[in-house]
Amino acid sequence: MPDTPLFDRPSPADAATRRAANPTAAPARFERPGLLHFAAYIALVGFFVWSLDGAQILPLALWQGLPDMATFAAQMVPPDISRIGPELMSLLETFQMALVGTVFGVLMSVPLAILATRQHTPNRFVYHAARGLVSLFRTVPDLIWALFFVVTVGLGPFAGALALMIDTMGFCGRFFAESMEEADEGPQEALTAMGAAHRDIVFSAVLPSALPAMINTSLFSLEKATRSSVVLGLVGAGGIGLELKVAIDLFDYSQAATIILCIFILVLLVERCSTALRQRVM
Amino acid sequence: MTLALADAAARNRTRQTRAATPHREDIDLAVRGLCKAYGDDPHVLDGIDLQVAHGQSVAIIGSNGTGKSTLLRCCLRLVDYSQGSISLFDTPIEALNDAALRRMRSRVGFVFQRHNLVLRLSALSNVVQGVQARNAGPRGWLQGLATRPVREEAMHCLERVGLADIARRRVSHLSGGQSQRVAIARTLMQRPRLVFADEPVASLDPRAGEEVMELFVELMRSEDVTLVFTSHNLRHALAYASRVVGLRGGKVALDGPTAQQNPEMLHGLYA
Repeated sequence: MPDTPLFDRPSPADAATRRAANPTAAPARFERPGLLHFAAYIALVGFFVWSLDGAQILPLALWQGLPDMATFAAQMVPPDISRIGPELMSLLETFQMALVGTVFGVLMSVPLAILATRQHTPNRFVYHAARGLVSLFRTVPDLIWALFFVVTVGLGPFAGALALMIDTMGFCGRFFAESMEEADEGPQEALTAMGAAHRDIVFSAVLPSALPAMINTSLFSLEKATRSSVVLGLVGAGGIGLELKVAIDLFDYSQAATIILCIFILVLLVERCSTALRQRVM
Repeated sequence: MTLALADAAARNRTRQTRAATPHREDIDLAVRGLCKAYGDDPHVLDGIDLQVAHGQSVAIIGSNGTGKSTLLRCCLRLVDYSQGSISLFDTPIEALNDAALRRMRSRVGFVFQRHNLVLRLSALSNVVQGVQARNAGPRGWLQGLATRPVREEAMHCLERVGLADIARRRVSHLSGGQSQRVAIARTLMQRPRLVFADEPVASLDPRAGEEVMELFVELMRSEDVTLVFTSHNLRHALAYASRVVGLRGGKVALDGPTAQQNPEMLHGLYA
């Protein structure tokens, strides 16, 4: 670490220049902070302490509430399996909704991601429009999209599948675009040099290079959609979420326990299959 | 070292006599007053004049940073240049629009120092992609989408570089020498009239480099292709080129037939 006084250290620009001159130098975060950085760190810690108050973190309340949690858990045991048939059908519907939403979402993410990459977008306007759309899809929660689509197409899994498709486009659109931007530029340069058309370069060099990362992202997206599809049922977008809401509203906790177990097994299965597939593909 | 260089030059003279290919007097490449400046170096190329007739094999030599790679890239407008003009097959490339530039590039092959293949695709798919120089569309993306004649031609190109038996192997599983051979096969698939090669064997070990260079130059000669390659290997310049162009400080410091080159003069370019 340089022996520099706390309030008389080089600016970040100087540090960057020094790093460029000496690439093996330690990054700036290992250097002694300047006055402004030091003040920023203090402000950050202060904000965190304030946030503890804002989030009303009360460990005592948690401690005192533990018996209530135990009572609630006790009411769930033993799980009631009298309605297991309809519940499994709802679970299947949930997974189908997640699968369809993810597949269509992934397919639609590919062209959107191509338009959202700096190197392959036709122009700056399209790039910013595509990036903006991806950000919109990603930042609006899937529950809100589900509400929109319930209003649009009515109650049921179709609304859920549409909501998951949009959510997947937000998730995959961003990561697909980043994978394409990071794809090896060597083959692209070789095809450019031989006079290949831009579309051909994207499909024959960019996508094959980015494919492993895209498959990985798609599988994560399926896991995410399976978990989300449970919650979507709470707003009427079909699936087992609706069964869970009804069971909890009727204080039928043993029934709710069965549904939660079913959801747990489904999510676990999807994660296991996705991991196996990922290992195979990578 | 000097003896080895003299020996290489002698073998090259023999080879050229044996080939005895009558060269047409067409000028494939004409560079006039070419200048290229980068932000930190205003004279990467400083008034380069160069004419390459059809059928010639030209070695461009010079130490690091003298602009050899930049010169080749400028010739295909892969990088923009500051001043001067370049003509390929008597057509100035500055005035070409995107579509015309693509058509022009399709007549020129480029072998890079690193093979620049798609690692996750098979050798055959990478060679099939060479057809994109002639035909656009999905048929040139992958071996599975290619028509039978295209696949057969790609297999023939792989046979010519001695790799037909590993056509369906993924490029990421090939050695450096094999990968560079696949890149050469892709260039053959393009059916170019002129080929630029930027230190094509610099990333290979000496033995593999020797084999690949020999194969590369022989294939280009047999196809009657004009060859312009850069190299740090003076032995390669004397053995495989009919003409040597030496760059120093972004200028042409030496230009003449290989037979007239003195090894000491070539070494002088690196002083």
